[in-house]
Parts: sequence; C-alpha cells; structure tokens
Amino acid sequence: MFRIHALICGGTGCTSSGSVRIREALEKEIKEKGLEEEVKIVQTGCFGLCSLGPIMIVYPEGTFYSMVKPEDVPEIVEEHFLKGRPVERLVYHDTGADETAQHAASLSETNFYKKQKRVALRNCGVINPENIDEYIAMDGYFAIAKVLKEMTPDDVIDTLNAAGLRGRGGGGFPTGKKWSFAKASVSDKKYVVCNADEGDPGAFMDRSVLEGDPHAVLEAMTIAGYTIGADEGWIYVRAEYPIAVKRLQIAIEQAREYGLLGKNILGTDFNFDIHIRLGAGAFVCGEETALLTSIEGNRGEPRPRPPFPAVKGLFGKPTIINNVETYANIPQIILKGADWFASMGTETSKGTKVFALGGKITNTGLVEIPMGTTLREIIEEIGGGVPNGKKFKAAQTGGPSGGCIPASLIDTPIDYENLGKIGSMMGSGGLLVMDEDTCMVDLAKFFLEFTVDESCGKCTPCRIGTVRMLEILEKITSGNGEMEDLDKLEELANHIKSSALCGLGQTAPNPVLSTLRYFRDEYIAHIKDKKCPAHVCKKLMQYVIDPDKCRGCSACSRACPVGAISGEIKKPFKIDPSKCIKCGACKATCKFNAIDIQ
Amino acid sequence: MKSIEELMAIKEKMQSKVSLRNSDAGELRVVVGMATCGIAAGARPVLNAFVEGVNEAGLSDKVMVTQTGCIGICQYEPVVEVYEEGKDKITYVKMTADKAKEVIERHLKGGKPIAEYTIGAATK
Repeated sequence: MFRIHALICGGTGCTSSGSVRIREALEKEIKEKGLEEEVKIVQTGCFGLCSLGPIMIVYPEGTFYSMVKPEDVPEIVEEHFLKGRPVERLVYHDTGADETAQHAASLSETNFYKKQKRVALRNCGVINPENIDEYIAMDGYFAIAKVLKEMTPDDVIDTLNAAGLRGRGGGGFPTGKKWSFAKASVSDKKYVVCNADEGDPGAFMDRSVLEGDPHAVLEAMTIAGYTIGADEGWIYVRAEYPIAVKRLQIAIEQAREYGLLGKNILGTDFNFDIHIRLGAGAFVCGEETALLTSIEGNRGEPRPRPPFPAVKGLFGKPTIINNVETYANIPQIILKGADWFASMGTETSKGTKVFALGGKITNTGLVEIPMGTTLREIIEEIGGGVPNGKKFKAAQTGGPSGGCIPASLIDTPIDYENLGKIGSMMGSGGLLVMDEDTCMVDLAKFFLEFTVDESCGKCTPCRIGTVRMLEILEKITSGNGEMEDLDKLEELANHIKSSALCGLGQTAPNPVLSTLRYFRDEYIAHIKDKKCPAHVCKKLMQYVIDPDKCRGCSACSRACPVGAISGEIKKPFKIDPSKCIKCGACKATCKFNAIDIQ
Repeated sequence: MKSIEELMAIKEKMQSKVSLRNSDAGELRVVVGMATCGIAAGARPVLNAFVEGVNEAGLSDKVMVTQTGCIGICQYEPVVEVYEEGKDKITYVKMTADKAKEVIERHLKGGKPIAEYTIGAATK
C-alpha cells in the first residue's frame, strides 16, 4: 500500500524540460532510501502549467513542485517523503498573491486552477495514461457500457443534443446533429474519424488530451460507432506528436486486450476497432475533407461540400469527423447526463473549452474554463496577467483563422457567438496574449505568411489572393504603403472569404480584417508617418545614440556586428543608418541607456 | 473482458489505488509526525499502518492520511494528530502500529476518540 503518490508530468512540455531525468533520479533515490513500498511514482499527462515544468505533484497533500531539477530530487525524498516536510523553495508560488502570501501548497488552491472547470482535461495530470486500469478507476469505459446496455442510438443523439455539445475544433457545429446526419445515411459501411491534426500555431490542447487521457477519445469514438452504425474508426494525428502517438498505440492495444475494442464489445454483438493514421504536418489536413482525402492515401487537398462527410466521407462512405476535445467531453456527458453539461456555459455555448495560453502571459499553459468566462478572468486571474509590468494590448484567438480581441473588449464573455460577433472565432483554442510591444500589422503579416505557406494551392483565391495580400502588408511594413492599400486589402480579403474552397482560405483574411478593424491607426501610422509604434517593423525604425547620455565608452561599436557605429573615445558615438541592420546589439550593450529607437 | 461486472471489478480494485490523488477528499485528516525524532521513535510503521488500515476499512473517501515534520513534543513521539472540521484537534502520543489500528476502528470509524492514548492522558 503506497502512502505517497508522486505524479510527474510526462506531457510534451515537461518531457522537453527534462521530466524523464527527474523520474529516473526519483526512482533511484527511492530505491536507495528503501521507500519502494511506500512511494509510488506515476507518469501522467499534462497538468497545464507548462511554463513551470518539469512539474511534480505529491499526494495525498497535493503539494505542487515546479521547475524541479534532478539535483533537487534527493532533498525532496529525504525531506518530504521521509520526514514530511515539503521543500518550500520548490513549491509553486501562486501568481497574483502578494509577497507575504503563503506558498500555494496544493494545486487546487492556486489562482491558476481555482477558476478552471476540468471536463475534457479531467484525467490529465491525474492518471497514468499508459495504464487502462487507472482510466477504468475514474469511471472509464462505463459510458460505453451504459450506451450498449441501456441506450439506443437515438438516445445518444438526443442526449448530445440536449447537452448542447458543439464541435470544439473551431466551427462549433452541434455534435448531435452531425451524428444524426451520419446515422440517417444508409450504407453498408460507415466510419468514425477523429481529427487530431492540430495545426494552429500555439494550440496544443488536443495533444495534451491524447497524451494525458487517450482512452477517453477511444471510448467516445466507440460510442460514435455504435450511434451511427460504424465498425471502424480512424484517428488522424500528426507525426510531430510522438508522445501522443505512442500513448494512443498503447491505449488501443490495451483496449483490444480488454475486449473494449474489437469484436463483441462487452458481450454484445457490437464490433468496433480503431486505426491510427499519421499526418505529415500539413495545416490544410486539419480541414475535414482534406483530412479524409489524406487518410485515403491521396494528396491532402480539400473537396467541395456538399456532399458533407456525413453523407459521402471517407472512401465515399458516410463518416463523422470530430475533434479530439469534442470526443473527450462525450463519455462525461453520457455518464453525468445532458443537464449536468448544459448547466455549464452560456445560452448557445454549453460546457467548457480548453485554451492554450501563450504569448505575453505569466502562466503559459493549458486551461479549461466554462464557456462564458470573460477574457479578463482568463488573462488576469488564471493567466496571472501580463509579465514585466507591460500593458495588455490584445488577445488573438483562432490562430491563422481567427482574429484579435482588443483590450477594450476584455470583458467579453467567451463563447462561439460572442467571438464571431467581434470578428474573431473560437478556433481550436489557441489564445495568444499580446502586450504593448506587439505590432498588430506585423502580427497580421505573421499569420498571413503562415497561410500562404500552408495553402494547398487547389483554389485560386487562396493560392494567389493570400499572396497578394501578403505583398501589400510587406509594402506597408517596409514604409512604402499608401492609404489606398487599406481599401485594396479589405476588398481582396472579402473576395477570398467568399470564394475560397475550404475553411483555410475562407478564414485566412481574418487576422488582417480584425486588426484593420481594431488597430487601423497602427496601419495608418505605418503608412502616413512611416513609423511602427511598437518598434517591431525593422524598416520603419532607427537606432540613434543620445549624445547627452553617451559617454563615449565604445562598447556599442565593439558589439555592432556590421561596424555601423563609430566615434572618438569619451565623445558621443554615432550610428550610420545606411549600415545599421537593426539587430539591437548596441542597445543591449549600452550601460548608460543612451540608445533610443525612433 | 465480456461484461460490465468484470469492468466493475477492475474499477473497484483500482479505485483504492488512485483515491490517494484526491486531495479534496477527507473530512478527517490524520497527520503523522515524521521528523527525525518521529522516525527514530518508530513513526514509519505507524504511518504505514494508518495508510493500510484506512484503506482496508473503506475510509479512503473520508480520511486523508498525511505526514508532517516535528510537532515539538519529541519525547512523546510517534505523535499522530487527527483533524476534523468543526471539532478540536486530537493529539495521540507514543503511537504504535497496533494503537493505530485501534484509532482507526474506534475513532475514525466509530467517532469516539480514545482518551487514554491522547496527550492529555500522557501528561497527567
């Protein structure tokens, strides 16, 4: 009987910050101290606070250690495991708490976790994802048992409709409706597909669910199979997610061994099995028709809809395709009921949503919040605010398909409709926080560069239109913009939106349109004043030495990689703008703060 | 596996093994002093007896067994304190694994603290 469970995060974030070495050190130390019978080491999925990794949580108290190093391990074992004194210096210090406040001894007490409501992520960071028994202990596979024994396919659809679950991949289409279309299609063969081709820069919630709770996705897909009458499922996951792929493989093998996948599941005559297909990392393959084409072994290009996949999908057969997070919600809805799920969220958007917090924010990581939570709560309370005393400028949701939310709309409750109204979108859930040092024109350019790269080239508006837009943005950010360019940008954007073949092209202009809507003055500053207010666009800024502050120490001229700075010792130095490459090395070197950006 | 009964059996077997990870659980908190003085006096078998006993008695939803450092009364180690919301803390002293079993049975399960093992009795 173990008296202590030490949970170590084995998600991608903590693995890359060295959690495997922590686990090895811990195993060795525990053996040396003879505690093997008393302390259990568990490798889990993501806890959410990725920037503080490697993370370790020690139960029963739930002591939350962050940024653990292998050399800390002997102290933790000796002091905490043996003598019961948590190692204070490693305990996570809560954000938002004042200096005198206590360390957050337990994870659930921190501001980061208090406001969260974990449904899709409920097992992430709690169970060992490579052990099916731990999933079963958390009511795992009881939803499929309930469905097979007590529910008809129509009951399942009714439950999902009553719960109000909508697709978490971005579109927000009602899941129950999607399933009912596929169920209504008559065919000898149907498919269930899981879209795990998470491609938005900065989004990693699907990866974390697959890494932390893979069985939940398998269980939900099996429920889907029973509901629409399919016996085969495919998970399309990107090859860049090696840990997720490995855990999925382990999970599928374990489920087959237990008879939870395969023939005659739980003694019924229902058969269902799941295969994995690795994606090669094309953004367009996250679009459902391109994804299906890719599974079929063809080049990942979208096809026109209708026919929708529910009618004619994978290999021409009726198919439902849902996102990882959507699936992760379903077993809970079946077990706890539609009313429970519908009690969370807003009028039109029920339940919770997982967001990947990134950018200029203190707590970078994964958060799950009820729909209707305001952006302010997410950023200031859960996220711990913008670091270094900078001001919050805007948040970007939906990645390259989404738009930005300016500081003036920080109190908007987040749901599908509200985000659409203000010109952004839910997207898969990347939430990028920007402070005053971010140039919004540059940001729009960044996302557009991404879509230009990732456009599959099948339709003209997306292939050529986005390139033209990018050229205009480049013109503006290099100081050659004209006011008419803004009108051209808007016109082009609207044409692309209405005529592109698939979601990638239709949403590609969003970052430009929404920055034009809320930060038009920044575009105008670039065009009229030839200035980048945030000092980001290199061609529009100049490094100058303030002669009053310069002591003539020559440190900057020695740091300059291109020899652009010259002068006499003890007299003010000068930067030659024709040579300067604006790398900022001089500014970083100057001890007298004499170098300004204009 | 061919039935829900088998699934249920796995769940029941596993539940006690993961229940430790629910730090919100527990109206009762059993804290064993595990500083050098406590360990030297034999606190580890006491702690293990509590962990196992609480689980065997099916109390793991109700009782959280944890450890702490030196409570400051080293001559009375092993010391075990029982916290219950809205009630006074009970401090047991000079504990053994056998006494721990009695405390689980009579106090944690039965709701009646064992006066003769408490610090009050020891200092009389």
